[in-house]
Amino acid sequence: MSSPIAATMASTTAAGDVSLTGVTKTFGDMTAVRDLDLNVPQGEFLSMLGPSGSGKTTVLRMIAGFEDTTSGSIRIGGEDLTRVPPHQRPVNTVFQDYALFPHLTIAENVAYGLRVRGQSKSDRSDAVSSAIAQVRLEHVSSRLPHQLSGGQRQRIALARALILRPRVLLLDEPLGALDKQLREEMQIELKSIQREVGITFIFVTHDQEEALTLSDRVAVFNNGRIEQIGTAREVYEYPQTEFVARFLGLSNIIPARTVEQLTGQARVVSVRPERVRLLTDADATSGNDIVLAGTVAEIVYTGPTTRVLVDTADGLRLITETQNSHHPAADVEVRRGDRVRVAWTDDHSATLP
Amino acid sequence: MLRLSRGARIGLGTIVTVVLVFMYVPLLLVVLNSFNAARIASWPIRDFSLEWWGKAFASEPIRAALLNSVLVGLGATAVALVLGTLVAFALQRHSFFGKQSVSLLIVLPIALPGVVTGVALNNTYNQLLEPIGIQVGYFGMIIAHATFCIVMVFNNVFARLRRLSPNVEEASRDLGATPWQTFRLVTFPQFRSAFIAGGILAFALSFDEVVVTIFTAPAGVDTLPLWMMNQMARPNEASTVNVVATIVILFSLLPVWASQRLGREIGDRN
Repeated sequence: MSSPIAATMASTTAAGDVSLTGVTKTFGDMTAVRDLDLNVPQGEFLSMLGPSGSGKTTVLRMIAGFEDTTSGSIRIGGEDLTRVPPHQRPVNTVFQDYALFPHLTIAENVAYGLRVRGQSKSDRSDAVSSAIAQVRLEHVSSRLPHQLSGGQRQRIALARALILRPRVLLLDEPLGALDKQLREEMQIELKSIQREVGITFIFVTHDQEEALTLSDRVAVFNNGRIEQIGTAREVYEYPQTEFVARFLGLSNIIPARTVEQLTGQARVVSVRPERVRLLTDADATSGNDIVLAGTVAEIVYTGPTTRVLVDTADGLRLITETQNSHHPAADVEVRRGDRVRVAWTDDHSATLP
Repeated sequence: MLRLSRGARIGLGTIVTVVLVFMYVPLLLVVLNSFNAARIASWPIRDFSLEWWGKAFASEPIRAALLNSVLVGLGATAVALVLGTLVAFALQRHSFFGKQSVSLLIVLPIALPGVVTGVALNNTYNQLLEPIGIQVGYFGMIIAHATFCIVMVFNNVFARLRRLSPNVEEASRDLGATPWQTFRLVTFPQFRSAFIAGGILAFALSFDEVVVTIFTAPAGVDTLPLWMMNQMARPNEASTVNVVATIVILFSLLPVWASQRLGREIGDRN
């Protein structure tokens, strides 16, 4: 930057905006991504969520430049990068298996991007130490990657990418190889690093809980398309397709026939297990409630909640989920084979196409 | 861990001893005979002498033969390193029509009897190339050696490339390195030890090659193995052969030591 004003300008114009327009990618006769439009504003944490083969990783690789687009364009900060090779794009990637250079020390790994830009060893040493300090791994900087634990490698991969101050950071299932507890710690750390550096994060995952926890917005992928994009709450509470309802958490999909019998309107609805109440005879229902009768088929204690599976007369199996309390007396008290009623408020369900 | 009975242990120990004796006693004889004052190798040694060592070092033909062997070995190794590595990359990283055939054709020369390769190249040089005015000369020998040296480099590099994660090269590109920087800083260092080991093996193979060399060496040019063979036929100076053989034994320990060291380095890393 030539002047302080230019620097201010750069930070107010959205250099980290990512915009994909009509992007299609085919491999032979297989279409991995179909006519995809996606806009990610500067500073957003976007998760691309979907099963394997849904196209989310291909989209990430096209943004990084590892795959060419078959058609469509990719812009970052308004600049068309569709045909720019990966080493000239202002994006960096954290890979699924971290892809640390096995023959270089941790400090050399982190310094790599500055080294290939021709920065001398003395010029880059401060940046390298502070990048390693940011992920709190100063004590391992002279070791080789194979001497580090999975979580440490993951943090080094992050430091190696962030040291270059990319406009966009791409993360390809970076927490997939970690055990559950470490994964949850890293989620919090990722979120706080993202807030600190303020750059756009595009995060690929097949773990719906991870996507909901981390993201400003979640894009749910299926068959090379985005089925739905929105905040965590939007995609969870208001799924627009059956795929989204089923992929994000548990869902009761009530067929149109049953809904018509209950409400007079023929529509498919999705209702989350925790919105379905298990009624005892004494419980009252309001006019907005949809009530079904059935038999308890299974009772599953999960720790924080208890799930009760109820089979209705017309062959539907409904899942209800109730918070457990500390006192067993307050918890669900039904047995397998009991005749019960279940109910949910109509507003708590989402109508599917 | 396999447990062996006492009898089996003694039996196996005996076999190992006999095999090792048969392998190394003849070599020891060569070394000892190089100090034998007698004109021809004889046993037992009556007088120790350094006479043959002195003669060997002063001998112009030996020096010329050694120089030829080194030049041919280095030439064939250089060709093998470049071509073997390129083929390994092509077959490991790309799929193309005829890939399996190319793979087979590259490895075949090591399985072909040397005499067949020798006759084939000799015919080609003398009956095909010479009539149209191409004198391969010295290079004919280098090319002949390179045909089987390539396999050594190819096998080593190919096996290593298969174990490398292609992700690290993508990571390098992603961090801003040009394709050439990526090769220099990331790809090559990861297969460097296989590349060197392949080169050492190729050189060793070329250095002691006799059969193909007989058919392809230009008139009047001896490599060290050819010189040794010719001396054995004219036994008046056979003891200098023992000196040369002793030196060759000492030198061949170097590549063995180096390749074991390289192997250990790789073992440590994984």
